[in-house]
Formats: sequence, C-alpha cells, structure tokens
Amino acid sequence: MRKPVIIGVGLTPVGEHWKLALRDLAVEALLNAMEDAGVDKVDSLYVGNMASGSFVEQENLGALIADWAGLGNVPAVKVEAACASGGAAVQEGVKAVMSGLEDVVAVVGVEKMTDAWPSDATRYLAYAADAEWELFHGVSFVALNALVMRLYMKEYGYTEEDLALFAVNAHANGAKNPYAMFKKPITVETVMKSPYVADPLKLFDASPIADGAAAVIITTEEKAKEFVDKARMVEVAGMGRAIDTINLSHRKEFLFLRAAKVAAERAYKMAGIEVKDIDFFEIHDAFTVMAALSLESIGVTERGKGAMLAKEGQIAIDGDYPIQTLGGLKARGHPVGATGVYQTVEAVWQLRGEAPNQVPDAEIGLTQNIGGTGSNITVTILRRV
Amino acid sequence: MGRPMQVSRYWRHFKEKYRLIGGKCKSCGHVHFPKRPVCPECGSQEIEEFQFSGKGKVISWTIVRNPPSGYEYYKPYPIALVELEEGPVVLAQLTDVEPEEIDFGMEVEMVTRKVREFEEDGIILYGYKFRPPIK
Repeated sequence: MRKPVIIGVGLTPVGEHWKLALRDLAVEALLNAMEDAGVDKVDSLYVGNMASGSFVEQENLGALIADWAGLGNVPAVKVEAACASGGAAVQEGVKAVMSGLEDVVAVVGVEKMTDAWPSDATRYLAYAADAEWELFHGVSFVALNALVMRLYMKEYGYTEEDLALFAVNAHANGAKNPYAMFKKPITVETVMKSPYVADPLKLFDASPIADGAAAVIITTEEKAKEFVDKARMVEVAGMGRAIDTINLSHRKEFLFLRAAKVAAERAYKMAGIEVKDIDFFEIHDAFTVMAALSLESIGVTERGKGAMLAKEGQIAIDGDYPIQTLGGLKARGHPVGATGVYQTVEAVWQLRGEAPNQVPDAEIGLTQNIGGTGSNITVTILRRV
Repeated sequence: MGRPMQVSRYWRHFKEKYRLIGGKCKSCGHVHFPKRPVCPECGSQEIEEFQFSGKGKVISWTIVRNPPSGYEYYKPYPIALVELEEGPVVLAQLTDVEPEEIDFGMEVEMVTRKVREFEEDGIILYGYKFRPPIK
C-alpha cells in the first residue's frame, strides 16, 4: 500500500468574514496549501462542507472551487458528513492517494456561516440531526448537547464549573494561535457568567458560528520527495470512521460515543499504535461535554474520567494529554465543514515543529471530528515522517 | 425561509405524531419508535405496528432559549428525552409545566399539541408533547 503524506497546508483565519464569499475563503486556503507544498497542479479536489446549500444557496462546490482556483478539468466533489465533513474529506483524499488512482490530491474544508440569520443558522445546523423526529420538535443542536451535558453531570457528579475548564484550556491555547477566532484567555467565571443557551449549556460551553477554510495537499512518500524536504512531510498513519444512530434518543448509551470508539480502534490498528503513543489530541469540543466524552470514547481515559483530566490540568500543553493545542473548536472557531481540515493543519504544524503553541517533541497526533450528536465520527492519526 | 412541500411531508407521519404508533419486531419482539423498516436489534424486516401507551418519565431535559427559525413562538420551551413505559426513548417538548418543576424521573403522559405554524397561509403542524399526568 502506498504511504500517504501531507506536504502542504493552507488556511484562512477563522472569524466573521463579511467581505469574503465562500469561494474566496476556499480558494485562498487552497492556493496557500499548494504554495506551501510547492505544487502547481493537482490530480483531484475533495471539498469538505456541511451545508453550503442552506447557508449560501450554493452546492456543486467541487466545480465551483476547482474552477475558481484554476485547477483545470480535474475531478472534484463535495464530501458531507455534517460537522465531520472536513475529517471525512481528508480521509477521502488519503484513500484516493493510497489507491494509486491519484498521485497529488488537494483537500479543502470550507464553511461560510455568517451570511445567514443566526436563527436560520441554528436551523441549518440542526439539519445534521434527525429532521423528522428531532428538529420537528424544535430542538437545536445546542439543546441536544445540553441534554447530554445534564446527564453527564448527574451520572458522574460533575458541576458546570468542572466542564467550563475545557473552555478555559481551549481559550488559553487559542490565544497563541494567530488564526484563531478568539485570542483572549478566559476564566471559569467567564463561562459561568455567560447566558444559558439551552440549560445547563451556556454560551461559553459552545463553539462559535464562524467562517473559514483550511486545505492540505496529500501525495505519496515517494512523490513527496519531488516537492519538499523530509522534515516537511507528515504521514497519515491511520484513519477510521464510523456512524451511530442519527437520532440521539435512539442511542443505547447517551454518555459514550460508540462511533468514536470504533473509528479510533480502526485508526490505531492501521497506524500500529496504542493511545499511549499519542503526543497530542485535536478533539471535537464543539461543546465542553463533547470534549470529555471524546477523551473517554477514544480510550484516553475511562468512562466518567474525561472531565477529571481537565480538573487535574492534564489537558494543557505541558500535561500528559494535551488537547486543543491551537484553541480547538471552542476558541479557534468552528466553521463546521472546515473544522476537520483545520484540525489536520494544526496537527501538521505540531508535527513539523512549527506550532505557535508547540507540544515538545511531538511525533504522533490524533484528530477526531464529530458530525451530528456523535452520529458520524472520523479519527485520523498523523505521524512525523 | 425555505418552504418544502409541507403537507405530504407531515401527513405521512400522522400515525406516529398524533397517536404514538411505532413498530414491533415480529421476530425478536423489540419495540421501537418511530416504526422502522429494519429491526435495530435483530435485523429482521418483519415489523408490525405497535401502539404505545403514551406514559413515560423524563430522563434528561433542557430549556431551548435560542430556537431554530420557525420555532420562536413558544420560546423559551422545555425539551426532554422521555423514556416510554415500553422502553424506547423519544425526544419531545414538555408542556403544561414550569421549568423549575422538571426533574429526573418525572412522570409524564403524551398529549397532542400544536408544534409549529407557518406563515398566515401556511399549514399548522401538530404532534405529541408530554405533560405531567392529570390526576
């Protein structure tokens, strides 16, 4: 099997880009990545995006972005897996390279969310839930996560303050990231003083609505030598993904992300590693409780102990399990379909030793990207070449 | 706001949304809501209709303060995961209850209520909500 490596990354800052359209963001990230890799043409394009049809009335993103980026008559498609669209697009790009069908592949994740009214954006995000049996009842995505948060606190005896520590950690790290949406550290008090969006979930338990695009260039280890030095190559060592019931109420367990466990096990097996070998984790903290559940479900710690890692300070850069090293979804921002690609870019920075908030001697990193309320999850292992 | 063909979209769910009729697997006896083409327990495709009692208890709840567009009318409103007497869990709004009265394990019963209405020439959607039982 051909070894897939990432040789270039590009991105835009995450934020409210009033002056930029979806295509502007995507093209900027994509051209940056091509420049970083030193390639002037690619064999194909995969676009990670969740809801462009709703947010900006534009589908057919493969054609739109490849056309506007001047890629020529390449094959190009949009990959959609709700908020895990970016992670899924990266994995589709890797599969294309590994299969031997394509040698140099571009992946761009993009979402333009701020062109919609906030209440409409809330509705479009809820399209990732079960429309007939969840959204029909007026539930928002925040509310679905609030139902889980309340159960998590009851089951394991945590408080709202305990979960707020995930937001505090994310903002502390995001403050070092020039591409993050929020660059100010916060305290537990900041989270507690923010208004309830869906009790017990507060504004600062949630990631923001944002615009942004990130891109990577993937090729084989052999081909990569034509473009970059070995120090700039990062191997995609393992990957997995899995689904769970789309409807939260149909889950056998509300406090375990079964899809994350299955996806992680597939990724560990393919990479030939164990969870203890991983130096940092870019997990999907769209909501603070999801950070805790993610750590438990991918095997970093046992059930009920995810929030304990935050209380013990083990999730900080100098802890045993650094997470969200560049701010995570909470502080970097969460342009939904782009997020998985942002995570990939940030992991590449860490593994090249170029991160503004560097994990010392990082050799292996994990990205975990959640779509829906844990219904569609990707896990990818990246390793220094 | 997008207006898909709402009438047929909702009348095809009358049995479930007005009467809480779900599915029962003829092979393994598993009951589920709403009715599915394939049993989520054993994979059998032999599924018959099953009438739920409408009685249940609250296992988690939240108060929606920033609803999706189209649902502003009742805001803020409580939404709960309700475990039905027969086993399955459904997500629905709670009604006829103050937020501070809601608690883990609170008994509730199904009632039919207005869920959403579209603009003045649009249809009105009804469906199940749950309330503390009238004693």
